[in-house]
Amino acid sequence: MAVCVAVIAKENYPLYIRSVPTENELKFHYMVHTSLDVVDEKISAMGKALVDQRELYLGLLYPTEDYKLRRYGYVTNSKVKFVMVVDSSNTALRDNEIRSMFRKLHNSYTDVMCNPFYNPGDRIQSRAFDGMVTSMMIQVC
Amino acid sequence: MEAAASGGCGSGPPLLLSEGEQQCYSELFARCAGAAGGGPGSGPPEAARAAPGAATAASGPVADLFRASQLPAETLHQITELCGAKRVGYFGPTQFYVALKLIAAAQSGLPVRIESIKCELPLPRFMMSKTDAEIRFGNMAELHGTKVQIPYLITEKNTFKRMDDEDKQQETQSPTMSPLASPPSSPPHYQRIPLSHGYSKLRSSTEQMHPAPYEARQPLVQPEGPSLGGPGAKPLRHQASLIRSFSVERELQDNNSSYPDEPWRITEEQREYYVNQFRSLQPDPSSFISGSVAKNFFTKSKLSIPELSYIWELSDADCDGALSLPEFCAAFHLIVARKNGYPLPEGLPPTLQPEYLQAAFPKPKWECALFDSYSESMPANQQPRDLNRMEKLSVKDMADFPVPTQDVTGDDKQALKSATDEALPKDMSEDSATPKDSNSLKARPRSRSYSSTSIEETMKRGEDPPTPPPRPQKTHSRASSLDLNKVFQPSVPASKSGLLPPPPALPPRPCPSQSEQASEAELHPQLNRAPSQAAESSPTKKDIPYSQPPSKPIRRKFRPENQATENQEPATAVGGPASVATVKPHPTVQKQSSKQKKAIQTAIRKNKEANAVLARLNSELQQQLKEVHQERIALENQLEQLRPVTVL
Repeated sequence: MAVCVAVIAKENYPLYIRSVPTENELKFHYMVHTSLDVVDEKISAMGKALVDQRELYLGLLYPTEDYKLRRYGYVTNSKVKFVMVVDSSNTALRDNEIRSMFRKLHNSYTDVMCNPFYNPGDRIQSRAFDGMVTSMMIQVC
Repeated sequence: MEAAASGGCGSGPPLLLSEGEQQCYSELFARCAGAAGGGPGSGPPEAARAAPGAATAASGPVADLFRASQLPAETLHQITELCGAKRVGYFGPTQFYVALKLIAAAQSGLPVRIESIKCELPLPRFMMSKTDAEIRFGNMAELHGTKVQIPYLITEKNTFKRMDDEDKQQETQSPTMSPLASPPSSPPHYQRIPLSHGYSKLRSSTEQMHPAPYEARQPLVQPEGPSLGGPGAKPLRHQASLIRSFSVERELQDNNSSYPDEPWRITEEQREYYVNQFRSLQPDPSSFISGSVAKNFFTKSKLSIPELSYIWELSDADCDGALSLPEFCAAFHLIVARKNGYPLPEGLPPTLQPEYLQAAFPKPKWECALFDSYSESMPANQQPRDLNRMEKLSVKDMADFPVPTQDVTGDDKQALKSATDEALPKDMSEDSATPKDSNSLKARPRSRSYSSTSIEETMKRGEDPPTPPPRPQKTHSRASSLDLNKVFQPSVPASKSGLLPPPPALPPRPCPSQSEQASEAELHPQLNRAPSQAAESSPTKKDIPYSQPPSKPIRRKFRPENQATENQEPATAVGGPASVATVKPHPTVQKQSSKQKKAIQTAIRKNKEANAVLARLNSELQQQLKEVHQERIALENQLEQLRPVTVL
């Protein structure tokens, strides 16, 4: 179950960040922020040669002492990053599930992009996107 | 407020408003100010929109309000000038109040002068609904309808009282209306309305502007119904400017809004209007309006960008960034509804969904055109698509979308409207399957997954239609795979004929047993990837292969390989019986060979065509990829120049 979902723009400012409200949201924001460095590192490490060769899904970003909360990353071809903090206490989410969650995120993000009234770089206020993220957050509750 | 009004009046005379007047005017002003779009410039943010003072009065809620006062046009112009709106360029509170007072004076028969407002005047009367009704139908009946509808829209204002009044007078509606709260609940009211035009939407904000005066005027309104002389001229003028002025268009739609049922139902006239607008933007009714064009058009409605964004989300069912005709109608309808004060629904109402719209308003030429356009593009892709029916990708895509639609729960993805470019092959396959409904769901995920993967995967997918199965390709191209098939075929006598009828999806298992037979010798060379020689030898035998799935080279390739593998094993064992078996089926095979030859030849032709199409597609995609690469490189260079310090 995703505890926090964030969409970060290419310039590393958040387009959309949402966490399960019960928790201390600031903590999640901080986690996402620190994850950005790791994401950037992975992107550059994967080779600047061709984007093709780079996998969009970055996987577990870095191991933490807190086994409960894991951060996963995903980068699109336009350097928009998705960071997801997952609470794996009750269910051990498999990689495939995480991938599918990211894929859904990416698809919803593409839908948001398709909206001509959306200017890239704006905060994402699409209700559809919100709905999708909500479903992901309470997925496995 | 009075002091402020008088103070701010500037050169105008001090406004003395009575209690009732003050209340009424402030309410009206609030309504005007709160109305979407122009209206009185209530502040700097509104100033930009209200800047064209004269224009605002003409097209905004203020104009509607004034028109509803049923004063002749010149009088209104005079009033506008006198109140100072023209001078300052917008309807501020002062100007608005002065204007209202002048309207009251004019309605009382006093000349329109500043001096007139110094005396005690009754409240100005507004017959907003009538004006709009006049624009559309010019019926008496409309008046009743509008009145009935009016309370419908004004949820936030206490219209219930008004509604009761109306009901008493109209007796066409039940008094219980909870209008905006839930538009779908309006049906009971609408059904009562015997009018042919349901004003499910309130006339724009004008309705909202008159809570107070309206109540007072209730008894007067009806008797004054016929007095549409004044507004009559205006409706004509508005009709003339319909196309240009979006607000007028909006009003038009209001009147035409669905009456028998919910506010989300589009009536015939509305549909006609939407279609005309669509044509003005895009001459071909069966194609799409691009996002930017639609954005410019809908921005004229002066709704806020987030609202427009949400409306787009609702109406663009397949999220392709373009609006087809049904999508456009739905979006237009939603905008009209919103302008009239209806809150936007959480999901696209069923009556606005594209399939429903296409079914409810069958415009044969358009629908056919829609289908035709798709069918045209389909044949080219049909073959490759058939070839790729077993695309794993598509299966995977569908699996990835267990819950595709969360945004608009009721939204059915219109397969017809699915994306064009990138999703072409996959969407086309869906189109061929079912023009509408469920497959659209799959089409959508398909397009999405197409776009969501890396370029490499994208290209791979793009290549899949052209080059059927990369997997079976161990070394040979399709041509040689055909050869392989030829090689196998001869060895498969009668039993192969049995295979012909079954679908090409037949696993190679049955085949190997036959293919083993004679062509073991050839099989081995084939296995060694010397198909050319083997191929030459095989054609001499039976040409059964292609009759089966010439359109399924995928399976073809599998078969040879499977056959090859299997042949390797039981080759020796089956050698004996195989040869015997071959002898028997020979005569029958010969008879079938001619048929098979023809079948094979047709299959070959089809394959070649498919090849050509796919090759073309492939080359186009490659070109696109190159261009995108170049762009990317250019952008990266720019980025590096701009940000030399960036780690990336």
